[in-house]
Amino acid sequence: MFRSLYIWPERPLLSLLALLVLAMPFLYLAREPMHTLLRRTSRAMVRPLRLGARWLGDAAAKLRTRNREVLLAHGSRELRLSIERELERVTTLVQRDLEGYPALQRKLMDEITRIEEDYKRSGEVPPPAPEWVKAIESLAKIRATGDGVVERILADIRDSLDDIYKKVVAEYRASYQGRHKILSSCLPFWRSASQTLSQVERNITSLNDSAAKIDANVIKLEGIFARRTEVENALTSSASTQFFISSLVMLIAFGGAYVNFKLISLPMSAMVGGGDYITDTLRASEIAALVIILFETLMGLFLMETLRFTSLFPFGNITEKMRRRLMWVSLAILLVLAGVEVALAVMRDSIIAADVALKQTLGSAAVQTEAGWVTRIPTFGQMILGFTLPFALAFVAIPLEYFVGSGRIVLGAGLTLLIRGAAFSLRVGASLANEGGKLAVNFYDVLIFVPLAIERWVGKARDTTARQDKLERPPAFPEPAASTEEVL
Amino acid sequence: MKAATHGFVLAAVVLCAGCGPAVNHNQSVYVLVDTSGTYTKEVVKAQGVVNYLLGNLDPGDSLAVATIKSRSFSEKDIVAKVSLTKDPIQANSQKRAFSEKMAQFAHTTQTAHGTAYTDITGGLVQAAEFLNETGAGRKTIIIFSDMQEELDYKTVRNFPIKLDGIRIIALNVSKLGTDNVDPRRYMGRLEWWEKRTRAAGATEWRVVNDMEHLERVFARRG
Repeated sequence: MFRSLYIWPERPLLSLLALLVLAMPFLYLAREPMHTLLRRTSRAMVRPLRLGARWLGDAAAKLRTRNREVLLAHGSRELRLSIERELERVTTLVQRDLEGYPALQRKLMDEITRIEEDYKRSGEVPPPAPEWVKAIESLAKIRATGDGVVERILADIRDSLDDIYKKVVAEYRASYQGRHKILSSCLPFWRSASQTLSQVERNITSLNDSAAKIDANVIKLEGIFARRTEVENALTSSASTQFFISSLVMLIAFGGAYVNFKLISLPMSAMVGGGDYITDTLRASEIAALVIILFETLMGLFLMETLRFTSLFPFGNITEKMRRRLMWVSLAILLVLAGVEVALAVMRDSIIAADVALKQTLGSAAVQTEAGWVTRIPTFGQMILGFTLPFALAFVAIPLEYFVGSGRIVLGAGLTLLIRGAAFSLRVGASLANEGGKLAVNFYDVLIFVPLAIERWVGKARDTTARQDKLERPPAFPEPAASTEEVL
Repeated sequence: MKAATHGFVLAAVVLCAGCGPAVNHNQSVYVLVDTSGTYTKEVVKAQGVVNYLLGNLDPGDSLAVATIKSRSFSEKDIVAKVSLTKDPIQANSQKRAFSEKMAQFAHTTQTAHGTAYTDITGGLVQAAEFLNETGAGRKTIIIFSDMQEELDYKTVRNFPIKLDGIRIIALNVSKLGTDNVDPRRYMGRLEWWEKRTRAAGATEWRVVNDMEHLERVFARRG
């Protein structure tokens, strides 16, 4: 391209040097305007870049503030829901168990009174032997003298005593047995009282747990209202975890939906036509299968919503009765669709079987297999899959809610990071343009170094001359006054 | 509400994925079977091809089998024809019935004497008429013949024919005794037919003698 400009085409370097030498005076003369041009060009690039960087920085800051608001709102909503759930649990507990507490207490008191009475009864000892015991004691002190009458009397007394002793022991044992019986009859009351007390303890523990959870959530909520950084960080981290987990679950759900789609797309061709195409690539049967799956998902969403597992739709303003109706309608439609899928699974199997049979006939290589129960296992499998998958899909609503909620936060954070990155790039670009402008000015001066050197040399020489002039010229004294004679 | 809106938008995006201009994906196949001279012995192979086609046709597709005789521009030469219904189970029954008809035809043709002349052009014109009537998106004529046209002096076929949008596949083009003497005759014959069909507006001309790999010829797409 520049070859035509060469003075000596066979010596390009020399030609370029010659051209440079020729151009140098002109370049030197155009130095000031060229410097201005280069500086202004650089400035023209730097300013918009800096402006863009500042704008992006502001946008990132605004977005961050907005994200923070969303994050805190999301966190506060989650905590409120959690507190509400705990309070509901506490209410249920109180209504179910502690509502009957007075009756329980009365029962407990009755049981305790009964136990006390029984205990007292069991503690009663038969009265001691009457006064004749003392008489016997004094008789017992009589020494055996060998007198037959006395000995006989003593023997009679001993026999009588033995009889009485046996009688008393028997009575004593009977009394003990009676007390043991009373204590045995106490046992069920003890057990009942113990069970009642355990139940009360369990209820109280459960209440304590719920109260502790509520306390913890209230503290977190306070942190959100106070806009504490650690709470914000914890919420962000929690949102990211939720996002990844819900994405994973959604991915699994998509897998299930795909299997479901494959299961029903072939038999749908018998219903809506096998060779019809709605678009270039999508068959009518595939669209129909997709619609059924989307309907199932939608019904699942409604079901989960009406069961209050999720809160994707604004169902708060409908009445409880209407909510219940919606729930039953959604469940009924879901059941119908599951039934349809079972029928489609059977139809799919029969279509495939008919196709295989036809191909065997056409290929005249008929290999008929026995249609036993083993060959029917895949059909049953497909039927079970067809029935369960719609319900499994219904549960997608829960991860979907988390995905939407946390996705907004993660996406916002990602977008902020991206904008900040862009702002940083623009700032770097501005800096490079600024430095590039300076570099271009310097490079221009390097190109015309010869005239510049001459200028410097001339300038220096001029300075030297001026200095010498200053040195040589005598100091200017004031003009001598006129002669005294003249003055006088 | 926002989430619901997002859900519906997502569903719409999924529905519209792969959207494009609607194309007629149905195909229509017309099989011309040469029953002239000694070629009648090859009819069993033709039956195999028809069975292969039956196994691969989808609901909504059409198939017809006709013979090439001394004069073939007639509906009477159509042995069997079927337009498969959209219901795959019914389509299976139709295919089975068609296969039985074809078996019967093969059986009778094998034992019968071949016709004196071979009117391929008449068969092609008849086939084009049938295929255009079906309105299928993909139209194919399969000629099961040695491609040696022989007409009696009364039959006029030297006029331009129209095969717009139709692909022609010549199957099992057997070599004649004279072709063995001078192979240029065989090649010249095929070249002449290619030129004629292309001039008539055929989208494709193929000669296939390998009957083992029919799936390469009848690939559904591409």
